[in-house]
Amino acid sequence: MSSMENKKERLVAAIENGTVIDHIPAEKTYQVVGLLGLDKLTTPVTIGNYFASKRIGKKGIIKVSDKFFTTEEISRLSVVAPKVVLNIIKDFEVVEKKTVETPDELRGIVKCNNPKCITNNEPMQTVFHVVDKVDGILKCHYCDKEQEMGKVELC
Amino acid sequence: MKTNSDLSKQKYMEKHNFVTIADLSKERILYLIQMAREFERHPNRELLKGKVVATLFYEPSTRTRLSFETAANRLGAKVIGFSDAKASSVSKGETLKDTILMVSNYADVIAMRHYIEGAAQYAGEVAPIPIINAGDGAHMHPSQCLLDLYSIYKTQGTLENLNIYLVGDLKYGRTVHSLITAMRHFNPTFHFIAPKELAMPNEYKLYCKEQNIKYQEHTAFNDKIIADADILYMTRVQKERFSDLMEYERVKNVYILRRNMLGLARENMKIMHPLPRVNEIAYDVDDDPHAYYIQQAQNGLYAREAIFCYTLGITLDDIRNDKTIID
Repeated sequence: MSSMENKKERLVAAIENGTVIDHIPAEKTYQVVGLLGLDKLTTPVTIGNYFASKRIGKKGIIKVSDKFFTTEEISRLSVVAPKVVLNIIKDFEVVEKKTVETPDELRGIVKCNNPKCITNNEPMQTVFHVVDKVDGILKCHYCDKEQEMGKVELC
Repeated sequence: MKTNSDLSKQKYMEKHNFVTIADLSKERILYLIQMAREFERHPNRELLKGKVVATLFYEPSTRTRLSFETAANRLGAKVIGFSDAKASSVSKGETLKDTILMVSNYADVIAMRHYIEGAAQYAGEVAPIPIINAGDGAHMHPSQCLLDLYSIYKTQGTLENLNIYLVGDLKYGRTVHSLITAMRHFNPTFHFIAPKELAMPNEYKLYCKEQNIKYQEHTAFNDKIIADADILYMTRVQKERFSDLMEYERVKNVYILRRNMLGLARENMKIMHPLPRVNEIAYDVDDDPHAYYIQQAQNGLYAREAIFCYTLGITLDDIRNDKTIID
């Protein structure tokens, strides 16, 4: 490895144990931070953004020490960054790679785009059913209005 | 010893909400129709004596409210409630949840009308007592749907294999959308008759395809088109629904049913309308034997008596063996 590449690598420090979230579209990095509640963690978190990526142009990368996410937590990412990869690190080694699976239901993540929906008029959690995983179609549990996953507004 | 939560679970075990007709099975729909039939035979009873029914109307709907309140009164219940949100704490900023929980302290069942979509579903989730959806915005109006089904069943003797013609505003008319959903169990053939701007939305046509429901679309409305109808379901074409007022002027007199259009109609054909009508059914139709819209509204009473009993866990057998009938 050349010294140049070495320097690039060191832009983000390696972690001993935890999760490295990679291939985040750069403009979505801070939404991922919010969806995973990383702003509330008290373990070391390194956020890097707008790194060059062959796959997606500019990417974000987040390293979270001593934290392993549940499948439910990971599935929350399906609305903003469905193609991210989570590398599970133990003793500085990648022991597992996890991808995001689209869940059947989304709770408290997405806003309903129907202004007359009860969820926009009452202090309550939204609930969406994923009615079409291939085309990414969500249906509001309360007012039945459908919306596309790629165009949602987060709560 | 039973804990409090066991007791409350037991108390509400038979609780049913009546929020949408979409999730009711064929058997459940037919069961409710049988219940309504019993109430038509004997509408006055004391089955709900000692019960308190709350009617919470966040927007005025005199017709629906009177129908629910009459149903409760004829079953011997007492009625509390409000007919306009201005008169309640909503105007002070109280949440729906708080209002529902507060009223649940007083009443045994709540019939609620709301202008917000999904309000009844949410109320049903937070309330410890049954919630009946008396209309939630443009979303659902399941008691109207049940009375429509009962009216069809009563006039045709069956819900199976019927030709149902839906006329007028098929874009915004929630009653016609609910009817399609509820009839999916009974192999209907639908005919959608509407001006282009108010045509049946694609999502419902897709739904028909998914459910193998046959349908045809027409823009013309005349005696030949409706000759094979068993049910002619009329709705109001409202001026405010049109973005193009020229289009409104062009079609406003096309979707009016007149007596001279009934010459080719089947003998069993009945004309239905969710009411209120404005001019879409000419008054000369009222005396025609095919006219059914006024009786249809009366069926709403029996359907709503059935809904109250269903939500409170009273069974068809309870109703058949009822000793509280008042002749």
